Amino acid sequence: MQFLYSGLTSGSIYGLVALGFNIIYNTTGIINFAQGEFVMFGGMLIYTFFTIFHVPFAIALPVTVLGSFIIGALFERIFVNFCKYKTEINLFTITLAASIILRDVAMHAWGRDSVKVDDYIPIANLKMPGGVISSQSVLIIIVSLLVAWGLNLFLKRSKYGKAMRACFDDQTAAETCGISVRNVRIIAFGVASFMAGVAGVLISPITFVTYDDGIMIGLKGFCAAILGGMGNFWAAVAGGLMLGIFESFSASIIPSGYKDAMAFFVILLILFVKPDGLFGKKRAHRV
Amino acid sequence: MKRINLFFIILVSALLLLTGFRVENEYYLGVAVLILIHAVNATAMNVLLGYTGIISMGQAAFFGIGAYTSAVLSVTYGINPIATLFAGAAIAFVLAYIVGFPILKLHGHYLAMATLGFGMIIYIFMNEMDFLTGGPSGFVGIGDIVIFGYDLMDEKTFFIAMSVFFVFFLLICELFDKSFLHNKLKFIKNSESACRSYGISPAKTKVLVFASMAALTAFNGGIYAFYTHFISPVSFSFKYSAELLAMATVGGLGYITGGVVGAVCLGLIPELFSTMEEYEMLVYGGVLAVVVMFFPGGISGTLKKLVKRDA
Repeated sequence: MQFLYSGLTSGSIYGLVALGFNIIYNTTGIINFAQGEFVMFGGMLIYTFFTIFHVPFAIALPVTVLGSFIIGALFERIFVNFCKYKTEINLFTITLAASIILRDVAMHAWGRDSVKVDDYIPIANLKMPGGVISSQSVLIIIVSLLVAWGLNLFLKRSKYGKAMRACFDDQTAAETCGISVRNVRIIAFGVASFMAGVAGVLISPITFVTYDDGIMIGLKGFCAAILGGMGNFWAAVAGGLMLGIFESFSASIIPSGYKDAMAFFVILLILFVKPDGLFGKKRAHRV
Repeated sequence: MKRINLFFIILVSALLLLTGFRVENEYYLGVAVLILIHAVNATAMNVLLGYTGIISMGQAAFFGIGAYTSAVLSVTYGINPIATLFAGAAIAFVLAYIVGFPILKLHGHYLAMATLGFGMIIYIFMNEMDFLTGGPSGFVGIGDIVIFGYDLMDEKTFFIAMSVFFVFFLLICELFDKSFLHNKLKFIKNSESACRSYGISPAKTKVLVFASMAALTAFNGGIYAFYTHFISPVSFSFKYSAELLAMATVGGLGYITGGVVGAVCLGLIPELFSTMEEYEMLVYGGVLAVVVMFFPGGISGTLKKLVKRDA
């Protein structure tokens, strides 16, 4: 059971990152390679405001997530928008280049060492059936589920959410109906970065933040997104949780050094067997 | 039939000769050798991405497989270094063939991520199998390579041997660029369905190209191991795949000159900016971003366009 709890904790983080992948992929058809860097930036921003400047958490949190949103929007404006020939390979390369740049900027701004963010809530171990779970883990799981639920509401109810869903279905039709696809794309990147920012804020007290943390967490998030299937938001969350649980259980069987390899075995397996993901809709292949 | 780009080969040979005769400084010769090694890898990447449209982020893994095979076989088992180069290439070929069959059905982003996942697995195995590879601290004590009785022990001899190999390699690449095979690959890149209707099997061709390029990269990895005498997994991480992608893209995708030009340009960045080493990766990412955003043909493509406009 202990493995289940730790798996749920890391899984909910993967789920948040996977949601970001999903949003961007569905609106723009881009796999945003810099998603992990957004997570890292979220952690770094909260470190700056909360731990260095001692801003009260109630102010530091909104500022951080707002900052993440702005980073995402700027990212779209600067890199994706200026890309002249939007072929798939070009778009992939541009997000790769952008992730290198973001990582280096972070290295210069915050240094090479890991930084530790102060805890938001007092640490306590809660007794659960079959093991203990720390209060931080509970916080992570609850908040990430809340955020996923909030995103769902945003997409279903609000004007922009509806516009985004229209763009998922058919961009040309959405454009004809007077939806600004340009704005929707900016918002998509912003929201994805916002989710990643929340994930960064949540994990940084536990795992510390280093400037090159982004690669691994971004890749794991992508694995979760593939596992669940692109195009379905709850599937992304489920994929994240499953990946987290699977990873922590496999760590109990095989040497822990290989733990990180498991995520990639999963992704390769899924891509071989069922590229649309476990819960993904069948997509027609273009001829 | 297009003519072979003799001008480029002569230019490269002249530059190599000039470097060989003029440069005595061991450090600069070392930089030149490394650039040549990068250039071969970047060209392999270019053939995959620029010609066939396979985006492979696992090239560093094949490079590492070649390097480790050569190191382990020659040091632990005492096999002739030249033979280990081919052994590494063969292992990479078989592995790429097995992995390639399912992977190459994917396209675009999915393919990139799948190859990246493969690269990561190999990287983790290099780190963890320390009884074989020496783990994260690396594999030390790799010997010299001996060709026809010449021991390539110092920078100068290694540079000469590498140059000969490289010019030979370039000639083959140019021949490939002007051959029918290259049309076939570009056909696959443009439309697989059309290919199939003309009786070309895209799947088979793609797997074969993928495996051959993996073998080439692994062979090159063996050379790298014998050159540096020390290898560690860090050199074969995802970062190196990204650098290769950057080299191929900056140099120009779909041109044989591309990989070489890109490797020279990006390989020289660390040397030119050695005073501000901190900003090296920033420059790297910046150059890559600018090229992708504004010059989709890379350096080669842009130059070609300029030349054609004047003529």
